[in-house]
Amino acid sequence: MSASKQTNATTPLWGLAAQFSSTAAIYKAATETRKAGYRWFDCHVPFPVHGLDKAMGLQYTILPILVFFAGMTGLCVAIFLQVFTNSLELNLWALVPVVGYQFEVSGKPLVSAPAFVPVAFELTVLFSALATVSLMLALNKLPCLYHPVLKSSKMKRITDDRFFLVIEARDPKFIRSTAEVFLESLDPERIVELEA
Amino acid sequence: MTTLPIDNPIDELSDDPRQRPPLVLNHHEFGTVTTEILRANEAKKPPMAWYIAFVISFSLMSFLGLLVVYLVVTGVGVWGNNNPVMWGFPIVNFVFWVGIGHAGTLISAILFLFRQKWRTSINRFAEAMTIFAVICAGLFPGIHIGRVWLAYWLFPIPNQMDLWPQFRSPLLWDVFAVGTYFTVSLLFWYVGMIPDLATLRDRATNQVKAIAYGFFALGWRGSMRHWHRYERAYLLLAALATPLVLSVHSVVSFDFAVAQLPGWHTTIFPPYFVAGAIFSGFAMVLSLAIPARELWGLKNFITMRHIENMCKIVLLTGSMVGYAYAMEFFMAWYSGEVYESFAFINRAFGQYAWAYWIMVSCNVICPQLFWFKAVRRNVWVIFIITLFVNLGMWFERFVITVTSLANDFLPSSWGWFQPTWVDVMTFVGSFGLFMTLFLLFIRFLPVLAIAEIKGVMPEANPHAQHDNDGEAEA
Repeated sequence: MSASKQTNATTPLWGLAAQFSSTAAIYKAATETRKAGYRWFDCHVPFPVHGLDKAMGLQYTILPILVFFAGMTGLCVAIFLQVFTNSLELNLWALVPVVGYQFEVSGKPLVSAPAFVPVAFELTVLFSALATVSLMLALNKLPCLYHPVLKSSKMKRITDDRFFLVIEARDPKFIRSTAEVFLESLDPERIVELEA
Repeated sequence: MTTLPIDNPIDELSDDPRQRPPLVLNHHEFGTVTTEILRANEAKKPPMAWYIAFVISFSLMSFLGLLVVYLVVTGVGVWGNNNPVMWGFPIVNFVFWVGIGHAGTLISAILFLFRQKWRTSINRFAEAMTIFAVICAGLFPGIHIGRVWLAYWLFPIPNQMDLWPQFRSPLLWDVFAVGTYFTVSLLFWYVGMIPDLATLRDRATNQVKAIAYGFFALGWRGSMRHWHRYERAYLLLAALATPLVLSVHSVVSFDFAVAQLPGWHTTIFPPYFVAGAIFSGFAMVLSLAIPARELWGLKNFITMRHIENMCKIVLLTGSMVGYAYAMEFFMAWYSGEVYESFAFINRAFGQYAWAYWIMVSCNVICPQLFWFKAVRRNVWVIFIITLFVNLGMWFERFVITVTSLANDFLPSSWGWFQPTWVDVMTFVGSFGLFMTLFLLFIRFLPVLAIAEIKGVMPEANPHAQHDNDGEAEA
């Protein structure tokens, strides 16, 4: 319950964090914070708490749509690659003089759609998976080398068993005294000041 | 506080559908879960058994390295491969290891989509097992091509000969299928591990650990805004990996089924190979999980319920494999094809009959013991059965590959395959590679998915006190 009051005058305040010990408490706190009109706030939790994203009013991520286009790109690349490398006179790369190579096997057609399915499928999956991970990290702005939340030694239990609600100082509604009173009203275990 | 006293009145093995068996035993706090799972990573020294196993595995792995050098320097003549049996041990071992690599992604992806929450206790090391098994699998075709320095010909890279790979060949599909599978499995494993690496980083006791784990944790700070996208990404990866895991062994089976050899040229191969892969993969998960939960003290997380569930999957897939064996025989007879009929009679009663009957007894008869509850709950019996299953599945690939090649259409071209000591020791050495990687993994990385396990505990439900299991009104 006791906020650490001593502030270093030289380092600006980045935000205030309230520590909770249960998922129910952080869920309630997130709902209240959103109702109070704060927008630049976040919850830091050791595992995804069911429904907390809705309680915080998060927008649904655009990730699946981007991944769909990545998958389609993979499919097109695979079809192009296979048709091109089996082509007779199709010299598609104007800049690089590369031509296809014709394997004549049992008189089968060079461009054979059924035979191209496995590679087309695999490359669709490969492109989608690579896009999923890289876009997820990019949208989350990870890897992140420095963050005020990681700097504070009082926040170590984020990845263990404590749930933190952080209101950032840049929130237009953020006034230090009222924010602190508000966080106290949520009945946290303690309040932590975060330095930038 | 590492272990809490047993105060759990609920039987985790109960078959009563009104009771939801707990997935985590004897823990009501998230903090104790972290401590208990990471005990192995945070201990100053691993148990003695770890050192003994590591020395043996590492020696075998080093021997494998020497054998590969010997092979490359001398040529593939050091193996027993001959004409007509061009595909000896290397391809048998390749299919064996790829098969083992299937359980990890099945557990991560398919059981995730089916919302089988019990997967959280076993998915991490099953995924690790997948990756290490695929590494072993990738080794064999790589060295089987003979001139390993030309392995890049497998990939569509422009070269001075204007030569491209043959995209209508299943062997090339394999390159893409196994390559994609390895990449996606690695991504799945790594993404799942980021939050747990952050846990290790935040609990690190020295600077080296903090930097090493911190590097791979990518600055994860448990932000719910991040978790939201992370969960979507994990779901997408599961949805992508599910058809992928089914496709990989199908493509491997095309290596055989697209050929015209009797005994290979059958349409049952893709589903039969996939069932066999899941069968052998789960057997391997059990063979690793049973000793690991003893030594690492993970019995509160990998409960007997988990073991029993896996036994049931082994029983199911083992029966599917048995059905496939029977159906192959039936189709050989029903088709009226002389060569096909001969191929199967030859398998069961020909020069490799001993291998065939080892396969049948290990794969069809052995897992049927799992019908009995007493067997499913005795870890020693389970451990022995799973070893037999792995043996049987290796022999299945041996029977398929060798019998069909050794005795094809023309008796004048028949032959006999005998492995050399290099063949045998390369295979044994691949176990060294697999176990070395696995032992390093259980020592240095979080062996269970800590964040996911916390998420399936009853305490994780934010609406528990209202007794409201449904969706939250935001």
